[in-house]
Amino acid sequence: MNLHEYQGKELLKKFGVAIQEGIVADTVEEALNAYGKIKEQSGSKFAVVKAQIHAGGRGKGGGVKLAKSEEEIKEHANNILGMMLKTPQTPGGLEGEGKLVRKILIAEDAYDVFDECKEYYFSVLMDREKKCNVIVYSTEGGMDIEKVAEETPELVHKEYVDPTLGLMPFQVRKVVANLGLADNKVAGKEMAKFVSSLYKAFIGSDASLFEINPVTKRADNRVIAVDCKVSLDENALYRHKDLAELRDVTEEDPTEVEAQSFGLNFVNLDGNIGCMVNGAGLAMATMDIIKLSGGEPANFLDVGGTADAERVQNAFRIILRDEKVKAILINIFGGIVRCDRVAQGVVDAYKNMGDQIKVPIIVRLQGTNAEQAKELIDNSGLEVHSAIALQEAADIVKSVLQS
Amino acid sequence: MSVLVNKDSKIIVQGFTGKEGSFHAEQMIAYGTNVVGGVTPGKGGQTHLDRPVFNTVAEAVEKAGADTSIIFVPPAFAADAVMEAAASGIKVIICITEGIPVQDMIKVKAFVDGKDCTLVGPNCPGVITADEAKVGIMPGFVFKKGKVGIVSKSGTLTYEAADQVVKAGLGITTAIGIGGDPIIGTTTKEAIELLMNDPETDGIVMIGEIGGNLEADAANWYKNQPNKKPIVGFIAGQTAPKGRTMGHAGAIVGGEDDTAEAKMRIMGECGIHVVSSPADIGNTMKKVLS
Repeated sequence: MNLHEYQGKELLKKFGVAIQEGIVADTVEEALNAYGKIKEQSGSKFAVVKAQIHAGGRGKGGGVKLAKSEEEIKEHANNILGMMLKTPQTPGGLEGEGKLVRKILIAEDAYDVFDECKEYYFSVLMDREKKCNVIVYSTEGGMDIEKVAEETPELVHKEYVDPTLGLMPFQVRKVVANLGLADNKVAGKEMAKFVSSLYKAFIGSDASLFEINPVTKRADNRVIAVDCKVSLDENALYRHKDLAELRDVTEEDPTEVEAQSFGLNFVNLDGNIGCMVNGAGLAMATMDIIKLSGGEPANFLDVGGTADAERVQNAFRIILRDEKVKAILINIFGGIVRCDRVAQGVVDAYKNMGDQIKVPIIVRLQGTNAEQAKELIDNSGLEVHSAIALQEAADIVKSVLQS
Repeated sequence: MSVLVNKDSKIIVQGFTGKEGSFHAEQMIAYGTNVVGGVTPGKGGQTHLDRPVFNTVAEAVEKAGADTSIIFVPPAFAADAVMEAAASGIKVIICITEGIPVQDMIKVKAFVDGKDCTLVGPNCPGVITADEAKVGIMPGFVFKKGKVGIVSKSGTLTYEAADQVVKAGLGITTAIGIGGDPIIGTTTKEAIELLMNDPETDGIVMIGEIGGNLEADAANWYKNQPNKKPIVGFIAGQTAPKGRTMGHAGAIVGGEDDTAEAKMRIMGECGIHVVSSPADIGNTMKKVLS
């Protein structure tokens, strides 16, 4: 689950990480009020208006603007709120349709004396290969870290954390030294506090990713998080009820949100063949076979273990909402669930939905009672193609696409 | 011979009296698996499915001689259950539970790695040795006895592969579902190594998916082995978009190296017979073994 920048910063602050202070607003009026408060707090007339959407590169699309007066705050807030912001990370990239901006953050100007500020890069994530958390950091803040890693790999450092010990003080000192701050007493101490608080926040929130870019050391030697990207481990949200409430469903695909409410694991894709499968691995394999048959998968959909009429019906509805879908392939390997019961579910769902189904349906049922299931489908009088072998189903998809 | 579990394994079920645990324990017993009891804290002393219930795994090891455990404990308590099994002297721990937090699993992994035991899973269908022991949730009838071993990250796709192998007239020795989470106990390479050393296994089916580097590690290890058994490999998720989790928590493309395409290329270069269609697993194995 992804958080907005303002939510991520609040989370960091709770764990003692110094942040660029800001106030979130969803109207121009609120933005002006926020500006008044921020100006008072920071003692500077400069402030930044930042679009809050779940995507990076917001500055590139015009979603981050510096302002130095109420007029400018008003102008930028007016322009950014409600805009379709295109960034390299929004769907379709800079050429795509962008994402609607519903909230903006009015943030203090983080740079006290601009030329004397120094930017760093930090991220924390789990390393699958090393099976532990890793802090990735660099002196090259504010840049695209993948590019830095490619061109100057020696400037990207990694500190692996022992899962049973946690982050040790010697590791924090090493980070401070590698960033060239060992000789600067004040900033070195600030950075050490930043690193240990950041890791505490990562563990304390069961995060799967923190990316803080940039982390800024100011002229007054304070070290603060100026931007932040936070993703949380959804499997751990049961122990973070307060964080679970931060979910912003308006940032997600509405069809996927609805599918989730039915207990279906669904991912929207661009293709022309819808599919409904039990099990994630078989679902991916089914998408692959659709492609090999000359089609493109319109979705990933794992219906789970109990493919009864209600679930099948909900799945049908969700797939059919996509007008690009030319056919639906149902692929069920009945293990402990019997195929004839799944077949009955498909037939019932089909009958209940009446004339809403206007595309050919291909049903492949293999496993327990596969023969009876095929018979049940073939005798239902419905326009459903049935198959038992996977290749057979693939061949039907091919012929449907060619007709 | 067999791998990980056989007819002599003394198996306990952690989360024995729960809904999932009860249902699958019953299926395992019906298959002929040697289930010697189960563990549910607070229910020790009771009898369930004609077998004793213990309060702790240590008690089950002491009184029932348990050496293998299958875990159906809910995700919030599963990490603790795995560590309890490892600390109590269980040798083979098979964790079915899906949805364990990643930070819990990295602790489990570090803990288990220092013990004399093998963890399979979590988020897996379990392990079955045909005609001997079903320690998992797979439909037993699909896995007819034969000479092909299976290593897989997926549940139903494993059944699909087993069904094809059986229909090709080859049959199964042991099928190991290693699980689809980002952090798992037994890796693809370790599971393949077990099957390579099993005299009854003539060929191996390896089913991977997008995300991580387990398949590439296994392939690179395989390349340098002296007495290779043939491997037929398939990677699910050739059409999966970057950055989206496809059902399994570990099935996500992060960079160039963990796409299906990259994995299939490396596997091919290392001498694995890679199929691009999941419908070709059985017939390819037949061709390779004849």
